Amino acid sequence: MYDAVNTEQSVQQTETKISARNVQVYYGDTHAIKDVDVDIADKTVTAFIGPSGCGKSTFLRCLNRMNDTIDICRVEGRIELDGEDIYDPKVDPVQLRAKVGMVFQKPNPFPKSIYDNIAYGPRIHGMARNKAELDEIVERALRRGAIWDEVKDRLDAPGTGLSGGQQQRLCIARAVATEPEVLLMDEPCSALDPIATAQVEELIDELRQNYSVVIVTHSMQQAARVSQKTAFFHLGNLVEFGDTSQIFTNPEDPRTESYITGRIG
Amino acid sequence: MPVFWLALIVLALAAIGYVTGRARALSSGGGNIRNLHSLPAYYGWHVALMVLVPAFAIMVVWLLVQPVMVNGSVSGGLPEGAVAEDTTLDLVMSDVRRVAEGLDAAVASGGMTPEEAQSSTIDLDGLRDRLGAVGVALGSEVSPEILNAAQSYRGLTATGRFWMTLVVLLAAIGGFVFAMRRTRADFRARNVVESGIRALLLGAASIAILTTIGIVLSLVFNTIEFFRLYPAADFFFGLTWSPSFGGGSELGILPLLWGTFYISLIALAVAVPIGLFAAIYLSEYAGPKVRAVAKPLLEVLAGIPTIVYGLFALLTVGPLLLGIFGDEGLGWMQAGTAVMTAGVVMGIMLIPFVSSLSDDIINAVPQAMRDGSYGLGATRSETIRQVVLPAALPGIVGAILLAASRAIGETMIVVLGAGAAARLSLNPFDAMTTVTAKIVSQLTGDADFASPEALVAFALGMTLFIVTLGLNVLALYIVRKYREQYE
Repeated sequence: MYDAVNTEQSVQQTETKISARNVQVYYGDTHAIKDVDVDIADKTVTAFIGPSGCGKSTFLRCLNRMNDTIDICRVEGRIELDGEDIYDPKVDPVQLRAKVGMVFQKPNPFPKSIYDNIAYGPRIHGMARNKAELDEIVERALRRGAIWDEVKDRLDAPGTGLSGGQQQRLCIARAVATEPEVLLMDEPCSALDPIATAQVEELIDELRQNYSVVIVTHSMQQAARVSQKTAFFHLGNLVEFGDTSQIFTNPEDPRTESYITGRIG
Repeated sequence: MPVFWLALIVLALAAIGYVTGRARALSSGGGNIRNLHSLPAYYGWHVALMVLVPAFAIMVVWLLVQPVMVNGSVSGGLPEGAVAEDTTLDLVMSDVRRVAEGLDAAVASGGMTPEEAQSSTIDLDGLRDRLGAVGVALGSEVSPEILNAAQSYRGLTATGRFWMTLVVLLAAIGGFVFAMRRTRADFRARNVVESGIRALLLGAASIAILTTIGIVLSLVFNTIEFFRLYPAADFFFGLTWSPSFGGGSELGILPLLWGTFYISLIALAVAVPIGLFAAIYLSEYAGPKVRAVAKPLLEVLAGIPTIVYGLFALLTVGPLLLGIFGDEGLGWMQAGTAVMTAGVVMGIMLIPFVSSLSDDIINAVPQAMRDGSYGLGATRSETIRQVVLPAALPGIVGAILLAASRAIGETMIVVLGAGAAARLSLNPFDAMTTVTAKIVSQLTGDADFASPEALVAFALGMTLFIVTLGLNVLALYIVRKYREQYE
């Protein structure tokens, strides 16, 4: 069943990109994340799995401070990106999010043309000096999003007119266009059909060459296929974190085993 | 029998119908609700509806048709000489109706026996005073022809009333009997009530639509009448507005349209930025507590009557502007009433319209859009400017157009704030006036209602109606066309 767990699994030990220590998240009075410690390696795909409501998306949103936009949400503990605390008052969350990009569960292209969707980030961050450079950035991002061939003739068409799978790849390309160092993906394939899912998974594998990718997924097969590291969350706790091959073949915690064999969830 | 008592009787019959219908259904089901097709109350409503609907329908139609028929019959019976040279049939008939009313009142107050009121030997000389004593004042002595017509008017009305009472009661009883006979355990009373409710809702909707059609038609006919008396080209392209009630008026609409347009433009220039920014603040920046207080407060502005805004313009804003731009300041302004005064105050009035509608529209932009933008490292204002506002733009344009049609239709602020001079000028500190303000002044004068000076009000109203209708249609079109873009 897990034959996709292949030679790529043998990851060379790379440096830690994000390290979280003793993270607590509260929504009002609800304690959503409890004592999570995790190290996310550079140039690696890390998968967060776990039943619905276990806090994996919440934790993911802590990594680029997207939870700041929710009024009642409170984060405690220490999360470091390259050794710097991202919740330090000196850190500008806007700058942080440029470095830690995010792709959402539902494709959310802006009501603009395909070109403007991709150019949005680069324009905001002043990444291009002129139109030619911007064109180049857009083309590169679309190519890396594996959607260039489908849209190159209609860059002026609205992004909302694409199919669901194309929209999600457009959103990935949009996130890639700002050259982030980490890419967070919150169930990026949950709204997609198997073919589009396969395309996105292929894309994630390619993105690993340059970025650290963190993906939240409900599909165990997907976690096994695309990730090198897997973290299993349950009821707000990080139950187990380790190499994907280890988690899926020989989990230490009985809860992990129950979940991946389908007994809880 | 008076209509009130008749209606009460029918209602009472319906209430009895409800109770007996319900009881009959229950007993035909053997006292067990589960044997019935519908809940017992539905059987009751079925009977009540069968009593009410036909009876009231007949009553309404009868009340509408009877006066027309009686009028026609009586005026047809008037002798040749009754309509004098200097008067019209309508005026004579209104005399007839008043005498008939007076006779009714006299009989009701006991000053006259019913037989005397209908007798041909009634004393004509004292009649005017006797009718005056019961509150019906007449312009002249009653002539025998008119008395005769009034008496036949009364007779026909009374006969009509009698037959109406009879028919309505019969219809109510007939409905009662018919419905009771249908009431059995397996009768689908629930479905009948359902279609009755459907008819009720349909009726309410058609009354609104028919009223609109009626208003438009009355405008159209009077407008056509006006254009018979005054050339349309002069009306639409005339540059002067100077009605004189003695005749020889110049009734060009352009100065009024220009005033309307200019004042609305200034109002929108005030209301759109302030309203939009307030909406953005409330929906994107304000915390829940601020929002809970600020939004209702802002909407209080919308509840202030426009006459109060007018006073504000006249007493506060006008003198204030005069202090700055008047002779003691920049010297551009002669008096407190000016386009600027009215425009600024009207703008203040429109702020809640723009902000409230825009706020709803901005809130309707999915959070996913904002998340997407924040996730790319955009700030709040970048997100608003480049993602939220473009997504909400069609709705915002719609809101602005709705505000514009309100500005165009506004009257009181203009009357008090902008003056009454119809003028074509570019200076926003001049007094000008608008279409609506002139409609009021044309209709409240002493002019003969058939003169072009009064009828022009309808042509003005029609023009205004078409302009605001066009704006509303445009607003709806824009909102509909672009609505799905981000869904």
